[in-house]
Amino acid sequence: MKRVFPILAVLTAALLSYALYEALVVAPTEQTMGDVQRIFYYHVPSAWTAFILFSINFVASVVYLIRRSNKADIVALVTAEVGVVFCTVVLVTGPIWARPVWGIWWTWDLRLTLTLVLWLIYVSYLVLRRFSSSGQTPLLAAVLAIFGALDVPLVYFSIWFFRTQHPQPVIGGGGSIDPRMLHVLMINWLAFSCFAALVCWSRYRLEVLRREVDETLALEALLEPRGSQSRTSQTWRAG
Amino acid sequence: MSYLYAAYIATWAIHVAYLSTLLRRYIRLRNEIAEFKGREER
Repeated sequence: MKRVFPILAVLTAALLSYALYEALVVAPTEQTMGDVQRIFYYHVPSAWTAFILFSINFVASVVYLIRRSNKADIVALVTAEVGVVFCTVVLVTGPIWARPVWGIWWTWDLRLTLTLVLWLIYVSYLVLRRFSSSGQTPLLAAVLAIFGALDVPLVYFSIWFFRTQHPQPVIGGGGSIDPRMLHVLMINWLAFSCFAALVCWSRYRLEVLRREVDETLALEALLEPRGSQSRTSQTWRAG
Repeated sequence: MSYLYAAYIATWAIHVAYLSTLLRRYIRLRNEIAEFKGREER
């Protein structure tokens, strides 16, 4: 495993570099928007990756509620954290594209608002996990994640069923895309998916190690020599 | 063109910031493990 990770990291870095080259140089320039349209090659793959991560978080949360599996709990935590990072990219690159194209940074359009709500739900999920010390935290977080996941299809299908300012879906929806642009989009999605998988893997290993250390320290505190425990009781008796 | 570069730079700035928090957490954990091992040896 220790040897596989660096190899995969190098391959992912190469794929990301190639995807960047394709996005900036190979992809044709869009007729009306010009070069600003190339933001699409980072914005859309980031959104799809975030949706996939939040969906995995949903499945892991359900598995945790059924089996109380520690692994499922870690997978849920990791995918929520990395998903929030990708969702942040979506919320930052979207307004940067909107400013020159729409003339405004932000509008309270249905899709934009739902994406912001999605981000806020998962940020609150992470805040809950970080600051709650109750033994029920993983259970509460799993329930919150299930409610949060309901927002994912709402975000995705909002442009299918409602009239919004956000562009129509280019695949399977009302819009269309040049095959060369689609090719570049897919390469970027593959690159960002590999990158997300690697980051999740690192974060998973870190969390497993963190929990092992915490358990060892807790065990050490329990098995502490009696002398150090009696110090407390002596103080009580003296008082 | 500046908007395009701004978007790409912002994307990588967000990813690098997250990766650096992971690295910081890993270093803190490694120090805790080293401290624990040192206590065990004593």
